[in-house]
Amino acid sequence: MRVKVFVTPRQGILDPQGRAVEHALKSLGFDGVNGVHVGRYIVLDLQAASADEARAAARRMCDELLANPLIEDYRFEVESG
Amino acid sequence: MKWGVVTFPGSLDDRDTLHALREVMGQEAVALWHKDESLGGAKCVVLPGGFSYGDYLRCGAIARFSPIMRSIAQFAGDGGLVMGICNGFQILCEAHLLPGALTRNRSLSFICERVTLRVENSHTPFTRAARQGELLRLPIKHGEGLYVAPEDELRQMEERGQVLLRYVGADGALDEAANPNGSTRAIAGVANQRFNVFGLMPHPEHATEPLLGGTDGLRIFQSIIESAA
Repeated sequence: MRVKVFVTPRQGILDPQGRAVEHALKSLGFDGVNGVHVGRYIVLDLQAASADEARAAARRMCDELLANPLIEDYRFEVESG
Repeated sequence: MKWGVVTFPGSLDDRDTLHALREVMGQEAVALWHKDESLGGAKCVVLPGGFSYGDYLRCGAIARFSPIMRSIAQFAGDGGLVMGICNGFQILCEAHLLPGALTRNRSLSFICERVTLRVENSHTPFTRAARQGELLRLPIKHGEGLYVAPEDELRQMEERGQVLLRYVGADGALDEAANPNGSTRAIAGVANQRFNVFGLMPHPEHATEPLLGGTDGLRIFQSIIESAA
């Protein structure tokens, strides 16, 4: 089962990379950019009997390694089929 | 005194640390490999700077799973002295042996320069050879040294005196312009609650001989030697 994990800088934590990209977009003339966050995209190919099982495993992986909860938020999507 | 210096794949400053300990300070020091389980009888274990495991995922995140880290966690749990320099600091945070985390410098640039640090707590095994408030000149060289911790944790750390080093201006005063990486509260080095684990972004091992531009780093090593005696 394929799980897509999105790790982003935690809300409220300084995100200099997102800020720099935001400035660059504005200097290109893209108005109306209210915020940019740059994160990591991780694709997991998991052996799991059900989507719930894959979700539970992915959550543990995120908590223990894929994200650092002090500085990062994560969310993930389980692809069915 | 016997020291152990750990080499992870991608460590850079392991040899320099061994040189400083053996050649400059006349200490006994064993080189430890990340796959070792024994710490070789070391009284203090140093995790050196570098880019362990290519900084993959997050700095220090993978090194934390090296076999030697289990022994180091146990050693620290038994009260053994552990010091993490730069990447070693990042590893200790990722391993939850120190509070907080280190993330991308505010400027997004890799910074290599000499900074002024103020000793905020000289009553620890890592700073006892320094005076309270003493200024040390040490080099930094990192891209991810911005220290972050939850606000309530920071408050408690300050109360307990766990902040050992802060970036300050040449006059010793706090100055945001002298905070090279944008660290919260200008924090450059912290200890755990028990004061036997210490992490810092500056490099004391690179300030141990006049040829290197200064010897202020000796204060840190001398402190550890005194406290292990």
